[in-house]
This record gives sequence, structure tokens and C-alpha cells, in this order.
Amino acid sequence: MFDYAFLVLLLPFLSAVILGLFGMKMPPKIAGIIGSTVLGTLFLLSLYTAYHYFFYTGEYSAMGQVFNVVDGRLSNGLYPTVTVFNITWLKFTELLTFNIGFRLSPISVMMLIVITTVSFMVHLYSFGYMAERDEKYKFEEYEKGFQRFYAYLSLFTMSMLGLVVATNIFQMYLFWELVGVCSYLLIGFYYPKHTAVHASKKAFIVTRFADLFFLIGILFFSFYVGTFNYDLSTSLELTDKLSTIASDPTIAWAIPTALFLMFIGGAGKSAMFPLHIWLPDAMEGPTPVSALIHAATMVVAGVYQVASLFPIYIKFGATEQLHWIAYIAAFTAFYAAAVACCQRDIKRGLAFSTISQIAYMLVALGVCFAIDNEDGGLGYMASMFHLFTHAMFKALLFLCSGAIIVIIGSNFKEYMGGLHKYMPITNICFLIGCIAISGVWPLAGFFSKDEIVSACFKFSPFLGWFMTLVSGMTAFYMFRLYYVIFWGESYYEQDPEHRRRPQEVPFIMWGPLVFLAIISIFAGWIPFGHFISATGKSAEIHLQHFHFSSVAWFSLLAAAIGIGLATWMYLPKHNPIPNILAKRMPALHKAALNRFYIDDIWQFVTHRIVFRCFSIPIAWFDRHVIDGTFNFLAWGTQEAGESIRPWQSGDVRIMLYGSLREL
Amino acid sequence: MLFGLWVAKNDNQVRGVMVAGSTVLLASAIWLTVYFVQQRNLGNTTDMLLANSIMWFKPLNIAFSVGVDGISVVMILLSAIIVFTGTFASWQLEPMKKEYFLWFVLLASGVFGFFISTDMFTMFMFYEVALIPMYLLIGVWGTGAKEYSAMKLTLMLMGGSALLILGILGIYYFSGATTMDVSELARMHTMSKTAQNIFFPFVFIGFGVLGALFPFHTWSPDGHASAPTAVSMLHAGVLMKLGGYGCLRIAMFLMPEALNMWAPIFLVLTCISVVYGALSACVQTDLKYINAYSSVSHCGMVLFALVMTTQTAITGAILQMLSHGLMTALFFAVIGMIYHRAGTRDVRYLGGLMKVVPFLAVAYVVAGLANLGLPGFSGFIAEMTIFVGSFENAGMFHRVATIIACTSIVVTAVYILRVVGKILFQTIPNKKFNELHDATWDERFSIGALIFCVAGLGMAPLFFENIIIDAVAPIFNHIIAFAPTLGNL
Repeated sequence: MFDYAFLVLLLPFLSAVILGLFGMKMPPKIAGIIGSTVLGTLFLLSLYTAYHYFFYTGEYSAMGQVFNVVDGRLSNGLYPTVTVFNITWLKFTELLTFNIGFRLSPISVMMLIVITTVSFMVHLYSFGYMAERDEKYKFEEYEKGFQRFYAYLSLFTMSMLGLVVATNIFQMYLFWELVGVCSYLLIGFYYPKHTAVHASKKAFIVTRFADLFFLIGILFFSFYVGTFNYDLSTSLELTDKLSTIASDPTIAWAIPTALFLMFIGGAGKSAMFPLHIWLPDAMEGPTPVSALIHAATMVVAGVYQVASLFPIYIKFGATEQLHWIAYIAAFTAFYAAAVACCQRDIKRGLAFSTISQIAYMLVALGVCFAIDNEDGGLGYMASMFHLFTHAMFKALLFLCSGAIIVIIGSNFKEYMGGLHKYMPITNICFLIGCIAISGVWPLAGFFSKDEIVSACFKFSPFLGWFMTLVSGMTAFYMFRLYYVIFWGESYYEQDPEHRRRPQEVPFIMWGPLVFLAIISIFAGWIPFGHFISATGKSAEIHLQHFHFSSVAWFSLLAAAIGIGLATWMYLPKHNPIPNILAKRMPALHKAALNRFYIDDIWQFVTHRIVFRCFSIPIAWFDRHVIDGTFNFLAWGTQEAGESIRPWQSGDVRIMLYGSLREL
Repeated sequence: MLFGLWVAKNDNQVRGVMVAGSTVLLASAIWLTVYFVQQRNLGNTTDMLLANSIMWFKPLNIAFSVGVDGISVVMILLSAIIVFTGTFASWQLEPMKKEYFLWFVLLASGVFGFFISTDMFTMFMFYEVALIPMYLLIGVWGTGAKEYSAMKLTLMLMGGSALLILGILGIYYFSGATTMDVSELARMHTMSKTAQNIFFPFVFIGFGVLGALFPFHTWSPDGHASAPTAVSMLHAGVLMKLGGYGCLRIAMFLMPEALNMWAPIFLVLTCISVVYGALSACVQTDLKYINAYSSVSHCGMVLFALVMTTQTAITGAILQMLSHGLMTALFFAVIGMIYHRAGTRDVRYLGGLMKVVPFLAVAYVVAGLANLGLPGFSGFIAEMTIFVGSFENAGMFHRVATIIACTSIVVTAVYILRVVGKILFQTIPNKKFNELHDATWDERFSIGALIFCVAGLGMAPLFFENIIIDAVAPIFNHIIAFAPTLGNL
């Protein structure tokens, strides 16, 4: 039934190749239309796939396996894991093969929807955005830029889809690297800009560094388990093998270690502390890219990876590693929220917000300690739910900020203010995004975030309160952003003669905004637990039935306090409080503004220590010591030759003299 | 095979002859590959296909014996591709075109002769044949401190071959054989353990010099930096592979017990090569130096994988030879073309090339990404095979070495992106770069063909892997039969 699935990878690949090779010869519009058409097709295909996967009744087969399903579920009440195809790509040994395949499971189907929805919206939106943007940068070859942009976007979409449908961990790694490179290319899209080039380099190298651990984790895993397959439901041998290892005390450490090493790779992509430093700088890329890659899809790859391996974590003695993840993520969530409160650049503010929200997802996964739907395993569902809703409202927020940046021509909040008059649609959409992310009933964020907080309370009350606090901070920094952009003092009105008058963006840009806003409003009401839960069986989200527990009230209260505080501090046109606060605590404010100097620490380690203490001495050593030795040998040989040359000159007198002297 | 005829015809229409010759060569290499696969599918399981042998020096039992197995087939294909593209890359070479190509062809014939030989001495002879033209090609047509580099390169490689000939003669006498044929010698396996232990390092280092084994790699940066484009391509692309090939074919295959003893030492040396080369590349300022050190790192990876002695690792080593050959040839080709235009290879003076020479810049990015192991290009599959293979070797020592070698993927990313960011992106530092013209058709063709090969190998690796495994399996089984503790299987 899912035989068309290969198209999902092939179409964007072809589109990327065609646009990459021939893009320069086409008019930019055509390139955009090709890219968007492909994405539109993919979007429809994913919807179709999801519909069939979750609701089909009857019988279908894939790879020789027959699935007999009622409403998408097998007789045991679970959704099947359907491997549509699985091709041997590389054979390491007879047993250990590297396959490229296509697998549908509840979470991969959900990811298909997320990726294609956001990507499609971004493709449409970019028609407006890239045209404006390129004129502004006065690119001599701005038309080429347009095609290049769509080629990269297609390539990225292909890689991301390949990542989520991976049948094995190595395939995930392969596409993982590919999305990394697409991200590199897109961050450095405005390549004449110095900062963009630096940011792209930084992003790639930091994530590559993390990927090293992912790779080592894979090596450990494959060595002990003997396969790259990670899906317990499709392979009984895998379960057997894992239980053998887990029960053998000499090698029982291997699985948790491997899993945690793989998580470090995920932490790099998902920007967990202290590997988060690349994400804020990644905002140098075009804003649609930030929405697609650095908010909705690629950065959640780490979450997706942990979720994919989740059954192995729980069943084979790695729950402790899960909890480490939870602590790392909880700290990251707090840290990023604190930094987000002080950013001047609206995109960087949103970037820190993204870090914080992804950390929420990982906290939710990390606090799980059992597989059930209500207690120890609630976090799994909550995490995936938040991934889904967050992708929608964060993409919305980024696209809105893109619209503002196009109109204003700057990322900094000083140039904004009072925009609600000039950009009504963007205003409403941004507000919806803010409310959704703050977790206010009845928008999407409320449901997913409160599930996470409840899951935290089930694990430890401390973490629960901590995450409630962070959700209050979220509400605060989002509304701060909202007020300084749309309310407050207008930059334009201070000098209307010389400054450009802000106006609403064209339909091709606000259309996607409205679409995403609508999803952000209603996504919370999707009976998500029915489709995705830790056990795979249908679970209920109590909040959707108005069973508000005390947890929900507390987090609503936190959100209300955050919003209230932001309103009080930033809504009035000349409120001195923020400045007073900044002056009172100069060290704290400065530290937060400079992201608590984490970037500088990394800079110090990489430049001063690795570069200065290893590379330069090694290069010197190579040129002087090793080379010197060989040159010395050559010189020695030559000198020796010189010195014995007279002996062999054939001059009879010298020879005679020599022999006579001996006498 | 065909090269003799090709040299003879080399007269006035140099270009025409070169194109015709290299096309024929490429065609026959492809034919050879196809033929090989066909034979294997038909169930022909002899070790060496197309084997033939003519005795030419009776007293020492030296025979001109030829034959191909999976490894030599892919190596010949690689060499043919590089010669073919190298011809196009040196299309506009000016002084003494004919002589240049003559030496170039001689170099190529040495390489082909080496890969098809199955006789130790003939192999050695072809190795020397490949070496001598290098001296002239670099010394005459090179750039920079070319005499010094040419001299250094030749002397160091000659030093290596001195060790090598000692080793070869040692093998011959101490196994008491009446043949120099490698497969024969392996079958007899009459060499005593002590003799093996003595002669193993001679052969391994002898070939290792060519494979840029630390600390015998210093000829490589100077040599590459001074060599003209096509010579760099052929040298880094093919000649350095002779080292790895010889290490496997002669040192490891004939002296497995000694490998057992020497492996830890060479493991350390090769591991140093891998990381050391990569770290050195980070601070170089000359594009060719960067790439030469990167070659040290990547070729170190080949030897590293060989010493790991698991079947997967050895397969990975051969894949890496193939992949590095193509990638680095691509890299040197692009660097040569940039140098030809901009007149400098110094990273500090270049910048913003993406705008003025987009084709070359894109080619450079592709080469760079392939080099840092982007999936879809050949580097990824080779490195992954090596890492997985090395990790199969479960000793603690080997584990640590593997993990250290893995770190090179990060360092590689650092030096590649540093250069890409500096020379291709950002703004143009020098007004005169605005007038640079993009690649001409011959250059486009050369680069396009190489990118096609790199991507082809990267996307459909299984075809080549099967050919390689076919040859690696018997060699590996032979080694393991005499040194069962190797590979910890």
C-alpha cells in the first residue's frame, strides 16, 4: 500500500539535483515553482500516508509482511512498524550490513507530517521573502541565489525525511550528516557576509564534534549487538541479543554507554548545553531557513533520536542515562530562557527560546522510567506532542519575525516598536504564536507543555517546579519580545520623513502565517495520545477533557505571572524598570547578554588550546624537527661524500701520500 | 597492456595522442572491470585473472608475471581515471608539452605495471619506473622551490626503495623459493619467523614512505606543493596508493607472523599520521600544503586500517585508497586551476572566489565536502568501513587507537571549512581577482568527470565493494591462518 514511498525521498532529491545543476539557467520563478510543487506533492503524500497508516482498515503487505489492521491497529492494539523497503547499501561483514530503507512507525509518520507541512509553508513563504531579501543585499547575481536557495531547501527536505524514516541507526547517521551539511550551506547562504560564513562554520564544526560521539556510540552498539537495527518491534533477534548483553555483567555497560554517546550526538544537533553555541549564530541564515531547520525540524533530530531508541533505554538498563539527559536538558531550558530575556536581536531571542523548548522535549523523555501511558512513560507522549506543536508555533513565530525583518531591514528591536498599526496580520499571528508557546489554554502549547510538566512531577517534584518556573520565564520573554516589536515606541514615527514606512507583507508571505497560526490554535485538541504513546496503545490526554489537575493550574498561573510582568515592564511606552533592573545588576545583565560567556569559553578552548597548543607546534615540529632530520641526513651524506671525494680523485700523488703515511 | 604502444605514438599531435591514448586506457580499464565481474559471476574463482608469466632473469627467478585480482582491478580503474582527467587538466600547459607528456606517460606506465605485476621484483622495478619521472616532472615543470622539493622527494622515496629491495631479497632468500611470484611465495610460506620479523619493517617502511607513514612523510607536502597540477593529481591520487597496496600485497601477505609482532608499533605510527596530518593541515596557508597534509592524514588512514587486520578494515582501506585517489585528484585539479588564475595559493591573499569563478568554487566545495566525509560522496563510505572494521578489533589498545583516529573527522571539517570560508566566501580582497575567468571546457570536463566518479562511488558503493571483498577475503584468510590472534576474531 505504501509502495509509492520511494517517491518521498526521490522527488526532493531529483528536485535538488535539477535545481543544483540547471538552476542557473532557469528564471528564478520557475525554480521556485519546481521546488514548491515537489513539496506540495510531498505534503499531500504525507497526509495520505498518515491517513492510511492511522485509519486504514483491511489488509496490506510490505516487504512480504502482511498486516491485518483495523483502524490502523493490529490485533494486539498497536500500530504496525511497516518497512516499505530496505536496500543493502554497504556490506561491512556478512551479518553487519548498512541498509537504506523506509520505515513507518507512529513517530516517523508524525515527523513526515511536521516536516512536509513546515517545509511546504516555508517554500511558499520564501517566494516573497527571498525576493525582498536579495534586493536588499544588492546581490549582483541575486537570481542565482534564488535557485540555489530552493536547491538547498529540497536537499534538506530529502535528508530530513530520510532521517526520520531510517530503518537503522547508521542510516540515521548518514542523513544526520547530510542535514548538517544543508544547514551549513543555508546558514552561510549570504556568503559575502563575514558573520554568516563564521556562523556556518561554527555550526558545522560544533555539530560535527558532537557527531563524533554519535559515531563512536554506533560503533559500540554495532560491535556488541551485531546490527545497526534499533527497532525492537520488528526484530525479535535484536531483543534477544540485547537481553543477553544486559544480563551479562561484563558487558552490560556497553548498551547504556553506546546510547549515551549517541545522545551526545543528538545534544549537538538539538543544541543542548554546552553544545548549544552554534544555534543562536545560525540565525545568520535566511529567516525561512531558521524557521524550517533551526526551529521546527533539524534541531529536533536529537529528540527524535532519543525517542526512537527510547524502548532500548527503558528496557535494557539505561534509565539512569535517560535521567542524565533530563538534568542536562532541564539546565539548558533554564539557561536558554534566562538568556532569551535579554537579547536585542529578535531572531536570537527566538533561537534561545527554541533551545529552551527543545530542552523541554528532552526533559520529558528523560523523566520516563517505565513503559506505560499514565505514569512512568507519560513523558514520551508529552515529548512527541510538544515536538509537534512546537514545530508549528515556532515556525510561525520565525516566519512572522522574517516578515518584520523584511519590512524593517534589521534584526534589532531598537528599530521596531509600534508595528501593530502597520502590520495587523503579522501582529495577530505573532500574538497567537506567543500565547501558544506560553502555554495558555486553549492553544496548542498549553496541552503539550502541561503534559510535560505533569510527567516531571511524576518523576520528581523538584523538576516539576523547576520546569513550571521555566514556563513562566517563557511567557515573560515571549511577551517581552511581542511588546517591544509591536507596541512601545515606534522607530518610524520618531522620524517619519526619513524612515521607511512599515507595511503589511504580501499574501504569499502572510498566507503561510495564517495557515500555521490556525494549526497553532487547534493542534492542542488533536487526540495525540491516541496515535503516539509509550506503549503504542491508545492513551488519553486528560486536559483535553477538562480534567485540570493542580499542575495545570500552577503552570497557567506561572504563565499569567510571566505575561503580567512583561506587560507591566514593556507595554508602557517609557517604562524605566527594565533599564533600572539592568543598571542594578550590571554583572548579571551583561552576562546574560553575552550568553554567560559560554561562547568565549569554547573559543578559548578551540583557539587557544587546540589551535595554539597542538596544531601550530605540530606544524612547527614537522617543518623543523622531522624535516630537519631528513635534511640533516641528506646534508650529512653530501658532506661525507665531499670529504672522501679527494681520496677517490685518482690522483696518484695523493694516493701515494696516503699509503706512504700509513707506512 | 596498452601503454607501450601509446608511448611510441607520442609525436607531433601531443594532445590528440594523449586524449586518444588515455581514452583507450580508460576504456580498457572499464572493460577489465566488467570482464572481471563477468568472470566472477561465471564462477571463475582463481585468485588472479588474466595471469601470464614470462621468465626474464633466470638466475634470480625474476619473471614478468601479470595478473589481476579485485584490488588491482579497482586500482587500475582509478589510475586510468586519473590519467584521463589529468590529461585534460594539463591541457594548457605551456613549455615543452611533448616532453612533459612523455614523462607523464612513463610515470603512468610504471603505475599500471606495478598494479598488474604479481612478481615481487617486477613490482619493484615498475615502482622505480614510476619514481624517476617524478623527479623530472617536478624539477622542470614545477613551481616554487622545485629543485629542492624534487630532490627531497626522490631521495626519500629512493631511500624507501633501498629498504624495499633489501626486504624483497630477504624474503626471496629466506623463504628458499625458486620464484618471486607473490601468490606462490604465500602458498609456500616457508619463511622462518625470525626472518619475517627482521624483514617486515624493511618492506613495510619501504612502502610506507610512499604511503606517507609518519615520520617519513615530509617529502609529501613539498613534493605536492611544487608539482604541476596533473602530476600532483597522479602522485597523490595513484602513486601514494602504491604504498598501501605494496604493504598489503607483500609485507602483510607474505609475513603474517611478523605483522603480529610489529602491528602495535605501526598502529601507533599510522594513528599519529592520521591525527598529526589533520592537525598540521589546520595551520597551513598554502592550499597545496593543506591538501598534502590532508593526504598524509587520509593515506595514514589506509595504513591504519591495514594494520588493524580485520576483513572489513582492509576492505575499507582499499575503498579509502580508491576514494582518496579520486577526491584528492579533484582537489589538486581545482587548486591548480585556481592557482593558474589567481597567481597565488596563499589562503591569506585569496577570498570571495565564489563570485568570480563560480564553477571552480563549487567544485572546490564539493571536493572539500567529499574530503570531510559527506554521505553521498566516496569519503563517507570508505571512512565508515574503516571505522566499523577497526572497531571489530576488540583489543583495548585497538579501541583507543580507533577512537583517536575517529577524531580526525572533526579536525578535517575544521581545516576544510576554514579554507572554504576564507577563499571562496566573504569579499574579494584584491581588485584584480574581479577579472578572473571561470573554467574552460577542458577543465570543466576534467572536474565534471572526477565529481561524477566521486559521487558514483559514494552512492553505489556495493558494486566496488563486492569486487574488493572478493580479493581481500583470500588475503585476509591467509594472514589470519598464520596469525590467528590478529584481529581478535
